[in-house]
Amino acid sequence: MMTLDTVGIKRQARVIMIDGGQKVRSYLNTLGIHIGDWLTVVQRAPFRGPVLVEVHGTRVALGRGVASKIQVDMDGVVEHLSGPMEAVEAGK
Amino acid sequence: MRFVLAGQPNSGKSSIFNSVAGYRSATANFPKSSISFTATKTLIAGREVEVVDLPGIYSVTSSDTVAGPAERYLLNESYDLIVNVVDASRLGRSLELTLQLLGLGRPMIVALNMMDEARRRGVEIDHEELSELLGVPVVTTISRLGRGLKRLFRESLRHATFAVSSTPPTYDREVEEAVEQVRAAIDQDDSIPDIPSRFVAIKLLEGDAHLSDRFRSRAPDLMDRVADVANHLEEVHGWSADQVVSGSRHAVAHSIEDRVVIHQSSKEGWRERADRLLLNEWTGGPLMVLILAGFFWLVFGVGQRVEAPLVVGFNWLQGSVAEQFPPGSLTATIADGLVMGLAGGVAIVLPYLIPFLLGLAILEDTGYLPRLAYILDSFMHRIGLHGKSVLPLILGYGCSVPAIMSTRILESEKDRRITAVLTSFIPCSARTVVIFGLVAAFMGPMWALAIYLLNIFVIVVLGTVLAKRMKGASPGLVLEIPDLSLPEVKTLVAKTWLALKEFITIAWPLLIASSIVLGVLEWADAADSINALLSPLTVWMLGLPAAVGMTLVFGVLRKELTLVMLVQALGTTDINTVMTTQQLLTFTLFVVFYVPCIATIAVLARQMGWRGAAAISGFTVVVAVVVSVSGRVFYSLFF
Ligand SMILES: Nc1nc2c(ncn2[C@@H]2O[C@H](COP(=O)(O)OP(=O)(O)OP(=O)(O)O)[C@@H](O)[C@H]2O)c(=O)[nH]1
Ligand SMILES: [Mg+2]
Repeated sequence: MMTLDTVGIKRQARVIMIDGGQKVRSYLNTLGIHIGDWLTVVQRAPFRGPVLVEVHGTRVALGRGVASKIQVDMDGVVEHLSGPMEAVEAGK
Repeated sequence: MRFVLAGQPNSGKSSIFNSVAGYRSATANFPKSSISFTATKTLIAGREVEVVDLPGIYSVTSSDTVAGPAERYLLNESYDLIVNVVDASRLGRSLELTLQLLGLGRPMIVALNMMDEARRRGVEIDHEELSELLGVPVVTTISRLGRGLKRLFRESLRHATFAVSSTPPTYDREVEEAVEQVRAAIDQDDSIPDIPSRFVAIKLLEGDAHLSDRFRSRAPDLMDRVADVANHLEEVHGWSADQVVSGSRHAVAHSIEDRVVIHQSSKEGWRERADRLLLNEWTGGPLMVLILAGFFWLVFGVGQRVEAPLVVGFNWLQGSVAEQFPPGSLTATIADGLVMGLAGGVAIVLPYLIPFLLGLAILEDTGYLPRLAYILDSFMHRIGLHGKSVLPLILGYGCSVPAIMSTRILESEKDRRITAVLTSFIPCSARTVVIFGLVAAFMGPMWALAIYLLNIFVIVVLGTVLAKRMKGASPGLVLEIPDLSLPEVKTLVAKTWLALKEFITIAWPLLIASSIVLGVLEWADAADSINALLSPLTVWMLGLPAAVGMTLVFGVLRKELTLVMLVQALGTTDINTVMTTQQLLTFTLFVVFYVPCIATIAVLARQMGWRGAAAISGFTVVVAVVVSVSGRVFYSLFF
């Protein structure tokens, strides 16, 4: 089990749980991040800054605090940023 | 008839609104740029229609017990049609809101906007199929280029005339069962307002803070029932009820997306490449410094080049006007005040204001501001805030009023309050005019830059202290970063004009009137008593000429006034002939920090009460005295 803040650049990860109460959860939900969604980490800011993730074609900046509340599952495959999701799921 | 434009942030609602209203509602390339709603009346096919532009919302669920302006409008006001503006390049996520809006059971039409953006990303959408699946008309638009908007409004009018209510989508069986149970309880209760009971049921199951709060005291039985149903849902599903409901909606939205979207591969363009540099962990910071420094030099370079000849011209004009009247008479004083007021506006304020507003518009429209929030997030954490506070703070360099209002984009009360206080300390464009007109013009740009850096330093210290003293948790940064975009010249000009119009119609007449009033006061020797009253501060502490006392009083009305009043009080636009550089520096420092203008105090009061606003205003005077006296001492020690 790992959290989103530890995922490296250009790696894809799948959300399996969102900790931190309903408020954080519903906020992430409205931005299109739900359990089961695939995220791609695009950038990680230095000095414990935020991570930039791509989800359903949208980029969202998540502070480290928020990112550490998102538990993810990785498949270990390094994927292209705009690569289709099916390819990742099939390759698992 | 009344149409409301509703949709997710940054989907182009205000752009569509402006196409019928003229440039009235500010647009910008960052989420939640509109903070309250704007309405206009327009003629569509000979019928008068009121169009309302709502602030963007990601969802109709409110996480706060006080619903936002958009949610409130959608739930409580009367209107004939919802125009749901959807960003075609983010169809799946946008549809999650569309599905909720359908639940309101009002006539609705979808404007599938940003078709150019979607095409660029290699997304092709079958909009007829989409219309079929949603059960409402879908019109494709590119609001930035004005494409499809005529058709959109014609179709809207037709649809609103028939007044076909939309039907809500169906979710998972478990969700539907739960919703039915809650709905049965709602229908028994007649204290519920006329929002469709299905909609209310879904929102209550999702734990909508506003609606739950509304019913907790009015219908406690209902809330017990909701809790039971939610618990049951959680037992069956393993997830909490709010996640089951929103997850189910997410699934429906994405299955619709899958059915109507034909993906093609998109190739990487300049936007992605630029972003890789702008947001890179190594180059992002240095590029930010370069961009902001470039901005500073642009404003200074343009302003200075334009200002110099204008000042010469007005000095000549002032001299020749004075010759027309007997010296020392009242008419001569009034004429002089008039010329000075005009001169202050044209020669001093406009040269810096225009390039500044234009530069800010470029930063807003390219989409660089949310990137700043990303880059500065870890820095902002150091002062107890997070990256999103950067947006109000940067907007504060334009005008404190909308900037303080925009603190609403922050989720926590603590962040909102601290950011509002800090924003009132940011030198707005009026104070920028003073910094450039006095310090940069007579002492050099490095001194002006030093003032900005000193200001940031003071803000950092203040922020740190405030964050330590105030209680409350902050969720941290969660911010959508829209794609970069090339600003349209037309929009930039319109936007600059919108801000400038405010200056020309409100501030400038005030400048001229105040300039005349000050002239008359001086003529009647009344100014002297006020100046004498303020002289312990102005002369003794700050070492300034006593005549500046009145200018500081006028400055509370608007900060530009201090500069123009200074011109009037000292009787020349060549201020460096009557004040030393040390005095210019001390004066500017004081003006930058002391009491925000009246309009800002009013917004602060609305945000945190009159006592809060008064406390902040008093506090700013203390800060201003400390900073300017230190500046004075520092200058005399080292220069
Ligand atoms: N490429 C493209 N850009 C657009 C289109 N419509 C609007 N924009 C741009 O998208 C950005 C956001 O537009 P706004 O009209 O401010 O969006 P809004 O929906 O009012 O946003 P909020 O008020 O923040 O909710 C602006 O920079 C517009 O210039 C379009 O059809 N195509
Ligand atoms: Mg808007």
